This record gives sequence, C-alpha cells and structure tokens, in this order.
Amino acid sequence: MARSSAQYFIRYPAGAGTNPWLRLLGLLLLLVTACNPLQAQDFSTAVQTLDTKSFSAKEEAISALVETGGDRTLTVLQAMLEGNLHSRNEDGLVVILDDRGGERRIYDAAQGNDLGTVGARETRKIGINNSLRTALRGAIARLNLGSPDATVRLAAVQAMFSELEPRLKPLLQEALAREEDGKVRDLLTTAIAISDLENDDTALQLEAIEILDDSILPEARNRLAVLAEQADSPRLREAAHQALKNIEFRLQLYALAETIFFGMSLGSVLLLAAIGLAITFGVMGVINMAHGELIMLGAYTTYLVQLAMPNHLEWSMLVAVPAAFLVSGAFGVAIERSVIRFLYGRPLETLLATFGISLILQQLVRSAISAQNVTVANPGWMSGSLEINAVLSITYNRLYIVIFALLVFVALLAILKKTTLGLQVRAVAQNRPMARAMGIRSEWVDAMTFGLGSGIAGVAGVALSQITNVGPNMGQAYIIDSFMVVVFGGVANLWGTLVGAFTLGIANKFLEPYSGAVLAKILILVFIILFIQKRPRGLFPQKGRMAEN
Amino acid sequence: MLLTRFMHSDRGGSILLGLLLLAAILVPLLNLAVPESSPLHLPTYTVTLMGKYLCYALLALALDLVWGYCGILSLGHGAFFALGGYAMGMHLMRQVGDRGVYGNPELPDFMVFLNWQELPWYWYGFDMFWFAVLMVLLIPGLLAFVFGWFAFRSRVTGVYLSIMTQALTFALMLAFFRNEMGFGGNNGLTDFKDILGFSLQADSTRIGLFLASVIALAGGYLACRFIVNSKFGRVIVAIRDAETRTRFVGYQVERYKLWLFVFSAVLAGIAGALYVPQVGIINPGEFAPLNSIELAIWVAVGGRGTLYGAAAGALLVNYAKTYLTAAMPEVWLFALGALFVLVTILLPKGIIGLLQRRREGSA
Amino acid sequence: MMKKRIPGKLPSLLAASALIFSSLAQAADAIKVGVLHSLSGTMAISETTLKDTVLMLVDEQNKKGGLLGKKLEAVVVDPASNWPLFAEKARELIEKDKVDVVFGCWTSVSRKSVLPVFEELNGLLFYPVQYEGEESSRNVFYTGAAPNQQAIPAVDYFMNELGVERWVLAGTDYVYPRTTNKILEAYLKSKGVKDEDIMINYTPFGHSDWQSIVSSINKFGSAGKKTGVVSTINGDANVPFYKELGNQGISAEDIPVVAFSVGEEELSGIDTKPLVGHLAAWNYFMSVDSPENDAFISQWHKFIGDQKRVTNDPMEAHVIGFNMWVKAVEKAGSTDVDKVEQAMIGMSVPNMTGGIAVMNKNHHLSKPVLIGEIQDDGQFEVVWSTDGTVPGDAWSDYLPGSKDLISDWTAPIQCGNYNTITKKCSGQNY
Repeated sequence: MARSSAQYFIRYPAGAGTNPWLRLLGLLLLLVTACNPLQAQDFSTAVQTLDTKSFSAKEEAISALVETGGDRTLTVLQAMLEGNLHSRNEDGLVVILDDRGGERRIYDAAQGNDLGTVGARETRKIGINNSLRTALRGAIARLNLGSPDATVRLAAVQAMFSELEPRLKPLLQEALAREEDGKVRDLLTTAIAISDLENDDTALQLEAIEILDDSILPEARNRLAVLAEQADSPRLREAAHQALKNIEFRLQLYALAETIFFGMSLGSVLLLAAIGLAITFGVMGVINMAHGELIMLGAYTTYLVQLAMPNHLEWSMLVAVPAAFLVSGAFGVAIERSVIRFLYGRPLETLLATFGISLILQQLVRSAISAQNVTVANPGWMSGSLEINAVLSITYNRLYIVIFALLVFVALLAILKKTTLGLQVRAVAQNRPMARAMGIRSEWVDAMTFGLGSGIAGVAGVALSQITNVGPNMGQAYIIDSFMVVVFGGVANLWGTLVGAFTLGIANKFLEPYSGAVLAKILILVFIILFIQKRPRGLFPQKGRMAEN
Repeated sequence: MLLTRFMHSDRGGSILLGLLLLAAILVPLLNLAVPESSPLHLPTYTVTLMGKYLCYALLALALDLVWGYCGILSLGHGAFFALGGYAMGMHLMRQVGDRGVYGNPELPDFMVFLNWQELPWYWYGFDMFWFAVLMVLLIPGLLAFVFGWFAFRSRVTGVYLSIMTQALTFALMLAFFRNEMGFGGNNGLTDFKDILGFSLQADSTRIGLFLASVIALAGGYLACRFIVNSKFGRVIVAIRDAETRTRFVGYQVERYKLWLFVFSAVLAGIAGALYVPQVGIINPGEFAPLNSIELAIWVAVGGRGTLYGAAAGALLVNYAKTYLTAAMPEVWLFALGALFVLVTILLPKGIIGLLQRRREGSA
Repeated sequence: MMKKRIPGKLPSLLAASALIFSSLAQAADAIKVGVLHSLSGTMAISETTLKDTVLMLVDEQNKKGGLLGKKLEAVVVDPASNWPLFAEKARELIEKDKVDVVFGCWTSVSRKSVLPVFEELNGLLFYPVQYEGEESSRNVFYTGAAPNQQAIPAVDYFMNELGVERWVLAGTDYVYPRTTNKILEAYLKSKGVKDEDIMINYTPFGHSDWQSIVSSINKFGSAGKKTGVVSTINGDANVPFYKELGNQGISAEDIPVVAFSVGEEELSGIDTKPLVGHLAAWNYFMSVDSPENDAFISQWHKFIGDQKRVTNDPMEAHVIGFNMWVKAVEKAGSTDVDKVEQAMIGMSVPNMTGGIAVMNKNHHLSKPVLIGEIQDDGQFEVVWSTDGTVPGDAWSDYLPGSKDLISDWTAPIQCGNYNTITKKCSGQNY
C-alpha cells in the first residue's frame, strides 16, 4: 500500500498543478520504501530515454527515471541540470562529461564506468530548457530532502506560495505543529494567513488581514490588493486598505534603504576608481589620462590569475589583489620613469603624453590577449545576495566591494599618515626644494607615489572585474568619472575623495528613478561644473601656501 | 597691398596661405577639367578628404588661439565643433523636405518612425539658410560665453579648466545620445540631399564646399593673426605668461579671456558647419572627449602658439591616421600613441619648433 | 618668434598627401571584395570576426577556382568605429579601390553613414546584422533579421509558450531598441496587453550599474502575473545586466529575459552560469545540428586556427550573402551592380540551419526564426522555431508611419518605400 502511494505521487512531474506539499509527503514515503532497487536494466533504459529531441518527452523520461529509484538517479539528474549529460555520437550512449582539469573525460551515465577522453564534437549535449530545469530542480530537491535541513524546508514552503488556497490550510497547520525552526514557523503562519484571505468566512479573513498587516511578501500584498478592490464587505475592504497602507509605508522605507545602498555601492566604485587618481593628481599634480588603463590592467591581472589557477577560483581574488597592485604599480613606475618625470611642472603636456600611453596600453592588451572581452568568473562567495527580508536584499559582490573600497581607503590613509614613505610623499608635495634639502630623494618618492597611485588603480580593476566587462576599452568608462570625483572632493585630500564619491553615487541613485539613468548622469555632470565655478577648489580645499598655485 | 604688409613678417603664414591659394586653383582644375583617365586626375574622394582635413585644420587653429596664446587648454572644443555641425545638419535635414523615405514634408525621417507628431520648437527656422548660419555662429558662441563667463570669473584655470571643459563635452555627448532630445539620437543626422539647391552628390558641389573650406581656413587664419598681432593679442599673451601680474597692472583678465574663448568657439563652430555637408553625417560621437583630446594633440604635434603650426599638425596627424588605418590596421594605435608621447617629450614646440631649431642651427 | 624662417618642407608634405591618394591602384583582372568592418575602437569586438569570415569565404571561393574565371581579392579597410570614417572608407573602397561588392557595417549608424555613398556611386553593400528595419535601399542587401524575424516571434513565444502577461521592454537608448520597442508596444497592445503591464526602460551605451533597474524589474515582476523581459540591450552592457539579475536572485524561471543582441560571440566573454535559461532569438545558433553547420564550423575553426572560436548569426548572414552574391554574379555573368542586383532577387541558397534562405523583392531574406535558451557552456539550446521561413519585412506593419509602405525592387514598382495608399514612391527615387 505504502509503495503504490509513493508511485502515485511521484508519477507527477514537478509543476503542472500538483501541490508541492503532497509531493513532499510522497517523497518522504518514497524514502521509506526506496530500499527496493529495481533492476539495473530498467535504470539504463530510463537513462537512455533522456536522449530525445522533444522536451516534453524528456520531462516524461525524467519522471520515469525517478520512478526506477536507481541509486545513480541523483547523479544523472544533477549532471543533466548542469549540462554535463551528453550523448556519444558514435553509438548514442548517454554519458556524463567531466571537463574539469582541461580534458574531456566521459563516464557511462547508467553505470559510472570511465570511458576515456573525447574531442569537442564527439559528443552532443542533451539540452534542457526552463521548464525542464524547474522539473529537475524539483526532482533533485525531493531526492535531497532526506537531510533534515531547515533551509530546504523553508524553500519548500516558499515554493508553495504561489498556489496557496484555503484547501491547503489543514496541511499547513499540521506542518506548523511539527515545525521547530523559528523561520519556517513564521513563514508557515504567513502562508496560513494568506490562504485564509480567500476563505468565505469574513471573520477569518479579517483575522488574516491583521496577521498580514506588516507582511511585505509580494504574495500577501497582491492578494490584499485584490481584496481591497473586490471584497463584498465594506469592513473587509477598509481593513485591507489599511493593511495595504501600512505595507506600502514599510515598502517605501525599505526602498529608501535600498536606494541608499545602491548609491553607496556606486559610490564605492567611484571611490576605487578615483582614489588612485587622488594620489597622482592630488598629491603630485600629474594628470594621468592612462589611469583608466591601469584599472584595466588590474582587471586583466585578475583574468590571468584565474587562468593560472582554474581549480582554486574561490581563492583567486585574494591572489589577484596583490598581483594587480604589483602589475599596475610596476607599469605606473615605468610610466613615471620613462615619460612623466620629463614633464613635471607641465601638467597639460602630461595630459597629452599619458593619453598617448593609454592608447598604447589599450592596443597592447588587444594584441597580446584579445580584442574581445574576457571572462572573469565570480567566486561563489561573491555571487548571490544577502536576504534581509522579502523585499530587501543586498548583493554580495556589491557589499564586498563597498567594504573593500573602505579598506583600501583606510590602508591608503594609513600609508600616507603613518609611514615614512607617506611622510616623504607629503613633504615633497608641499615643498619640493625644502624636502630635498632635508635629504629626501624626491625622484624616488615621485616614482613610489606614482607607483602607489597606479597600484591602487590596479586593485580597483580587480573589484571592477567582478561587476562589469573586462575588455580593452573598460578604462575609458571610468576616467572622466574619476576626475569628477577628485575635482569635486577637493584635490590633495583623500577625505574629500571619499565624501565626493559617496555623495555623487547616492545623488545619482536618487535621481535615477525620476530622470532615468542618462539624465541623472548629465545632471550630476552639470552640477559639478556649476559647483566648481562656485568653489574652484572642491569640497575640501587644501589650505596653506601651495593652494595658490 | 595691405595683406602683403600684414603678412610681411609671417613666413609660415605666408606659406600656408600660398598653399591654400594653390589648392584653390589646382584642385578644381584637376578634378573637373582633367579627364578621369589621366593620371593627373584628382578623384572626388580625395577632394572631400582634403575638404575634411581643412575643417580639422580650422578647428586646430581655433584651439591654438586659446591654448597657444592664452594658455587655456580646452578639452571641449569638439563640442563647439559638433554644435556648429548640428546646426548645419539641422538645416540640411529640413532641406530634405518631402524627399525623405516617409515623404513627410515637415518632419525628418527619424522623427516619423519614432512617432513624433510635430516638429520640436527648436527646429523652427532651420529651414532658412541664413538662420542656420546665424545659429552656427551663435550656439557655440553662446555656450562658450556662458561657460567662460562662469569659469573665468571664478578663476578656474589650468588643468581644472581642462577637466571642466571635458566634462562639458561629455555631458553634451550623453545628452545628444538621448533620443528624446530630438536630434536623431545615436544615428544623428544623415542622408542629406542638397545645400542651397545644389545636390550634395554632385562633384561641383563638393568642389564648392572644398573652396568654402579653403576660404574659411584662410579667413580664419588672417583673423587669428590679426587678433594676436593687435594690442588685444599682446594682453592675451601677457595673461598666458603671468596672469596675476596682468591683473595687477589693471587689465580685466576675465574679459580678455572670455572674448578670445568665444571667438575661438565660433571658429570651431564654422569648422563643424563646413565639415558636416562634406562627410554627410553628424552624430553624438563628435562630442566624445576623445576627439577633443586628439585635437589638442594635432596642435601639439604641429607646434602651439604659431597658428600655422596647428593647421599643419591637423593635416599631418589626420593624413597619418588615414594612411595608417589603411596600411596597418592592427598597429596604428601604437604608432599614434607613440607619436603623442614622443612629441610631448622631445618636441615641446612641435614640428614647427623642430624646423625652426634646425634653421637656427644651420644659419 | 614669427621672424624665423621655415624651410620649404611643409609644402612638400601637403603635396605628397594629395599625390598618394591620386595614385592609381588598378590590380589586373581580379574581382575585388571590399570589407568594411571596424578593426579598432569600440566595435572591433564584434566586427573583427566578420572581417575574418569574409576573408575565409573569399579564400574558399578562390580554392574553388575563383569567380567568372577570375580570382577574388579582398580589400580590407578599418573604419575604426568612427561613423564619418565609415562614409569616407566606403568612398575609398568604391571610388579608389573600385571594389565590386562590399561586405560590411554593424551598427545602424554606420549603415546610415555609408548609405548615401553607396547610392551615389552605385555600389553594392551586404549588411549582416539584425536591425530595426524602416529602410530599403536598392544598393543594400539586408541579410540580418528585420524586427518581424526576431522580435515578434520572440514575443509570441513568451506569450503563448511561457504565458507571460507583464512585459518589461529594456533597451539601450538608440534607434534599434527604440524602434523595436515601438513596434513591440503596438504589437502587445493589439494583443490586448494593458498599458500598466508594460514597462519601458532605456539606458545609455555601456551602462554598467544595473542595481536600481534590476530591482525595479523585480518589483514590477512581483505583482502576481508572469513577467518577461524583452531586452534590446546592446552588447557590452549585457554582462553587468545579467550578473546583476543573477545576484539579485532573479532566475530565468522567475523572470525570463529574451535578448536580440546576445549571441555566441557576446557570451564567449561572459561567465554564463548566471545566464542559464535566459533566451535569445536569432536566425542561427551554433548549436544547431545540421551537416551544413558542421561543415561551416569546422571550416571556420580550420581557417582561424582556434578550436574555441564560436560562430554566430551575423556570420551566417555573411555566408548566405556571400554565397548568394557568387551565384548572382555567375547568373548575371558580370559583377556589374545593376545586373547583380536584379539577379539577386529570388536567389536561394541553403542556410546553416538546414533550410533554404531566399532573397526577396525588398532586399531582405526569408529565414527561419529560432529561439534558444542559454546553456552554461555559452551555447544555445533551441527550444522553439518557426515552422518554415519568415520573410523579412522592411517596413513594420505596427508603426503608423510605415504601415502603408512596402518595398519592391522589381518592375514596375522599383521602389524601396512605395506607399500602397497614395501609390507613390517617396524618398530616394525622386
């Protein structure tokens, strides 16, 4: 009896109107009875049926495969989801491809035997589409549910949200009684309330509205909105309206928080791009038009580091940061020694010469690597987002970049304020002849300062490689923005750069919803142009003697 | 007579004007009178190319006037050039009339297929040539006036000014890329038919435009020469060399700078207006900050503060670019980049400076 | 300062420049094929591949013995992603190099820039990229997709197969997305979609900060109806867009995105994991299993010397265009533009996906439309395709300005924009 009911439930593929809770129960039953392996022959045949053109046939094949209960089912489905399930051209055998480590090794899908390596066009991938992907995820989740993991249960409840109705209430209540995890309990309570909204009992509905009063789940909001429009009882309509109003208010608060975070994130990108420039331009008075290209070199270093260590992607960022600092820093020192040192005191000429260098660096990358953009992968810990609640989540890559930008800022501040090099840099910046008289090798300091600024640009490139394209032209996108930040914040003042970057970032993000992305950018530029007329030395002007020149 | 006296001490300028005169006579002759089979025949392709170079030369001249003589390195001169170009482009667009693909007598094609119902107000008047010409002069001039008035009054100088002008042209580029602006967005204005009733595709019209460019360059050169030789010009040079001192002597430095800047912008606008009918398209790419920086390079390569040097630099670099993009498309950016670096380090006075030094050495 | 003398070298430089251009470069008895693709600048990323494709085709044709008993010779120039330079280089190719045909351009603006030149000098251009339509020139053959060969089938797929009810039309702010979205908006409304269920958003070129936009798409999509994004976002801006979608946890199962500018070549620069399941509509995918395609891919790999290089839709368009041109030249017995133009119409060659592409009277192709889902190896899995081929429509039926226009380059109409109501041909043939 138990066996047949398991089969009954499992015959349904995921999606297609069955309710997930029943599926979940079915699965538990299956787990109890699964220790009855079917013939290996059946399993191989089922695997082989996956190799078909038609997607609906594949979907049927998947449920058939699950039904066999073979112990490699999970492996095969996982491979299919990841796109590693192939069919061998010579005999049509379904195989699992493993192309990690440079060679393409195949394994018999049904048995797992190693079948050696093959060429790129000797196998053909068994393709999947979105609905198959959903089906596969469902099947895999069900197979995986043996683990008493609360997050899996949470996901299961979440999956039910779109199909909640009063009929499901007993099931939910039963689950609630059993549940011990607080988060899952909360979600179940909300789910019960949402299913109550469509009940015919007005008292029950009102009670549900009360529970949902501060729920920001989109599902709750959508159903409340329907109720506020269509409910027969005026009291009900009124209550729904009130609840919606509360929800809207909270949503607006979260939206505000989100916009501020977006602004900070944009600001941190600007900060990273501009802070190296704040040193070369602010401290040394050198206009480095190749600054963007130094950022690009940092990003390409990340790419090369990832190429060099394909199996340790998670660590690649940690290696890339110092590597990029060294690469861009070395280029910076080379540029300073070969070109810029001849041009001190002639800032406009430096501008032109470094522009020439930027062209050369771009073409260098184009010739040495490729004119195409290159792939820089995101390590796992940089992907996804930190969910604070249903409407507010912060993406990890942005979050880390904000933190990283601040770290770089602090480190740079420490170097300038606490180290001998920093002391010498400041001394040379303030009064070169006097610094020389005190025994500072000003040439060495120049080279090191420029190297430092360039190295920071390289580090910025590592961060940018995680959120945007890496290609020969990427530097150009940042050069004007960086100059704006430095000029706006006030030259030779790192705090000015920090405040400038975040102000511009946040202002941009607040403007964007009203004006659109393009107009926001134009408005910011116009604002800076006007601002500089008012305060030609930026937000935090440098005080003292050298301010006049 | 006046001209000979005026040009008496200006050998480089005399050569430039002489060459322009020569070109004005030879080019039409070789293009129109010499039969196509003759090896001496000048293809129309070359004529338009040379016309385009002359526009660039005029633009370089405009920049040299403010940079070489007054120390204002504007990295936004491309914007004035493009605005002049747009004003002319709008006129040419209106001239198309109902010969556009949709046959709408009023609206340019790009407005028709984006469902615009009527002509935006700022397109009014551009159907008249005199109005368009007025706008070619006025719009860049006005922008330069407003920008310069603010900037010079608050004493934004040196690299700050360069960066601000760069921001200006960048902002304009973004603005013109927007389709809502009504200037054709990214595609810009193109597919022109005729100018003053002459078909733009006729060889004779091209010669006419070429001659107009020659005259504009020669006129522009003389005007600039006149300005720098005048008392006004001497004050300008004084400002370049010691701004504070000039101010203390009692000159209103801002005014001098402002009018010079405005005049230079108007020159750039004229260059743009002549450029558009010859290349047949104007689009927001012309506002790109890159173009303005490249312009500064032309001037630097030729030699700043000489006027004719700027013109020569523009011709030279552009010729090199045309040649290199065809001859070695893979490496021409290396060559161009290296040229910029070498010129700024080794030839601070540009090629003209090098020639002068040679001359002094041998004399 | 002005008194110093200048030796007379300057004039010689000027004179030299004039002379070099007028030198005659008439190669003896070869058919010249012009290649007008940017090899530097922003568009080099996409266009370099097309240059190589044409070179490969020319090479291949020469191995077959050339054309009309003559060798083919490719003339490559670099318009450097600079639009006025496109016009100049086009003139150089036709007037100076005297090429018989040109394969080139990628962006609409570059095509618009060269169009007057080709019409004036009576040249012949093959344009291989999907575009917004609203054009038909006697001197241009459009081998890429018109909106009805890409956008409309994709929307139909979303509506009918995925049940999408709410629509986000996101694009880069230029003419192709603007026009395509205008057409789609009209189309959706004609299918009963309400105003509040359509969200339109434009971003600048190379836009990289997608946080707010993706977040607003997410909000728009959480209103209880199935939501889909139709993306006309241009090349470079796509990577950060998809990354942001992935990071904000929007998967293809929640809100699918169908793109018209994302192909194999663009994906080869992306870590495709966050994109898996999103869609693209094209007339060709590298993953299509057909003998023609296999042959083409191995030929390409052999020519370029790199097994990892991908093929894409504009490449196929060039292959079709080139093969048609060869057949048309053979049929006409000459490379004369007028004769070839007439011979082209009705010409058919096999396309790479197993059918036959036909050149129509409006200079657009009939091609199949395929919809593919992005896989984690950067390839597409075809999930839907039209039953037969779809003829390209130069003038959209969904725009008020162009619904009465047709293009027919055969007698007696001989017009690229013939108004079927007024029975008049306005525009280029006045």
